[in-house]
Amino acid sequence: MNNLSKDVWVFIEQREGKPADVSFELLSKGRKLADNMAGNLKAVVIGHEVKNIAVETFNYGADEAILVDSPELKNFLTLSYSRIINELVIEHQPRVVLFGATVFGRDLAPRVASFTKSGLTADCTDLKISNVNYLGKDYSDLLLQIRPAFGGNIIATIISPDVPTQMATVREGVMEMIKVENPKAVKITEIKYTPVDVDKLVEIVEQHREESKINLKGAPIIVAGGYGLGSKENFKLIHDLAHTIGGEVAGSRAAVDAGFITPERQVGQTGVTVRPKLYIAVGISGAIQHRAGMQESNKIIAINNDPDAPIFEVAHYGILGDAAEVIPLFIEAYKQKLK
Amino acid sequence: METGIAQNKVAESLTFFYFCPPFNEKISRNIEELMYNSIVLVKQVPDTANISGKVMRDDGTVNRSKLPAIFNFEDKVALELALQVKDKFGGKVTAVTMGPQRASDILRECLYLGADDVYLISDRKFAGADTLATSYVLSEAIKKIGDYHFIFAGRQAIDGDTAQVGPQTAEKLGIPQITYAEQVLDIKDERVIVRRRIDGGYEILKSTFPVLITVIKDATEPRPFQLKRVMAYKNAKSIIDLEKVVDGNSLLYIDKLVHEYKEKSLLINTLTTDDLNVDAERCGIKGSPTKVHKIESVVLAGGSHTKIEPTKAGLGSLIDQLTQDHIFG
Repeated sequence: MNNLSKDVWVFIEQREGKPADVSFELLSKGRKLADNMAGNLKAVVIGHEVKNIAVETFNYGADEAILVDSPELKNFLTLSYSRIINELVIEHQPRVVLFGATVFGRDLAPRVASFTKSGLTADCTDLKISNVNYLGKDYSDLLLQIRPAFGGNIIATIISPDVPTQMATVREGVMEMIKVENPKAVKITEIKYTPVDVDKLVEIVEQHREESKINLKGAPIIVAGGYGLGSKENFKLIHDLAHTIGGEVAGSRAAVDAGFITPERQVGQTGVTVRPKLYIAVGISGAIQHRAGMQESNKIIAINNDPDAPIFEVAHYGILGDAAEVIPLFIEAYKQKLK
Repeated sequence: METGIAQNKVAESLTFFYFCPPFNEKISRNIEELMYNSIVLVKQVPDTANISGKVMRDDGTVNRSKLPAIFNFEDKVALELALQVKDKFGGKVTAVTMGPQRASDILRECLYLGADDVYLISDRKFAGADTLATSYVLSEAIKKIGDYHFIFAGRQAIDGDTAQVGPQTAEKLGIPQITYAEQVLDIKDERVIVRRRIDGGYEILKSTFPVLITVIKDATEPRPFQLKRVMAYKNAKSIIDLEKVVDGNSLLYIDKLVHEYKEKSLLINTLTTDDLNVDAERCGIKGSPTKVHKIESVVLAGGSHTKIEPTKAGLGSLIDQLTQDHIFG
């Protein structure tokens, strides 16, 4: 395919007029990808009275912002938002489009990929631009979409070699948010929104959001429990330890699935990615999906009774033993030393 | 297929034919009868959450063919929601899966749980499909089955966790979607009211019919198998199962057998490329824009860590170390 675009687009998600962190994280990554291809980075901002968000995207490396602003676009709705992006993608054929793997991003991206017949990979943990030889054919500047797959037993590199537009979703926290030193001059292209009947097939009756009190991403200390704790009662040990040392409580996906802890506290590929000063993993075996969400922590302590648990491979300190015995000792030693 | 008019043209023309007249006629007839038919998309998945030593090869990689195959849990929850709609409003529940022959196992489970009809979409040409090619075939099968208000599906399947097939199928059918649904609250004035999860809370949406709804696992608890139905449907078979039964016998016999099973409602309907209005270029590997370039087995780096004794002295020295590093204190 000749004359392919070199542009990278990022869908900027906003909730009640506030931009989602993941969108700026993706701009930072998108900046690098665009530079690798010598292309432009464009932010797509949809909402109502969101021009300020479009302006802010330049602090994270945007070359241009496409703004679609209308009272009818105040809240995310699949049909109107996807129709707008479909039309833009068909018209401009960007080489790469990135979405946050949020509820809205995971609702929107597949709909757009289906309409535009683009390749889409969910929950990528890394993205790169590279020349690729695939089945004997050379492709230049393909997007490598890297993600753990199959229960974390493999890491797959996915490519979409034969379509003009390559799409990916990425979870919040996976990419680093970096403010650029010399932002480009603000260049906003406003696109007029013309509603059509199908945009209104689904309406919002009401919406409830609570300011989340949980801030895993910003917590300096995290104590995370896994399925190895065995029961919700034993999981209380995690709360005790976190309370003592001033940490936030988190869990692995298995702990969430078992009902030990709520999904918004899940660390890993399909949860939150964290980089605290200290991460204590208790009864977590350490599947790649979990490690993807915590291995960049400054210091990692693993507490596990299985000496072969993969979590020990990323740990700085390993404690072989039962949580029920180790945690009370830890608490006692901490109190003695520091209180 | 009358409902397929729009789909191939839209991308080029940028004109959005979301609903086609023949389709709407079918739906309005059903609304008069106050019946709400559901199609439920289900998938058989390898049990990736429970990998035991038995499936590990000597080199430490997973032998996927040895993993037990299970009913994707969120799809079971989706079936339950469809059955609840049926219990409350009346209608028919049809379960559909795309996969290899052995996927008929979960269709039998759907029958045990209360599905009225089941379809296995199976063809070697469908193999290797990514989510786009999968949703293309599913959407064509759904058009063939027809006559529905709801399509329910699990939010995602545990083997890929992509959550893409639901929305992509809705797009291919040109119908609205509601993802991450927690509850079907009500049906009134030809609209369905659904509560869905969003980041940081929930919202309540109202949609026209037909609509595709993907369901999260907390939505509801699947009912247990109904013993009567297990007895009734345990011998349900697909045409390929029946072919094995008559192996070596004449084709006439298979026709008879199929007829007999159909009469007894024991036939698992099978759809192949011959039965569907599909473009082979859009199926399977050919129709999949995403390709697996590289797979690396996860080999642990064997990083070294400091071993801490699980004693008060051991933990005490660890706490001292972390205090020195300005993490504690």
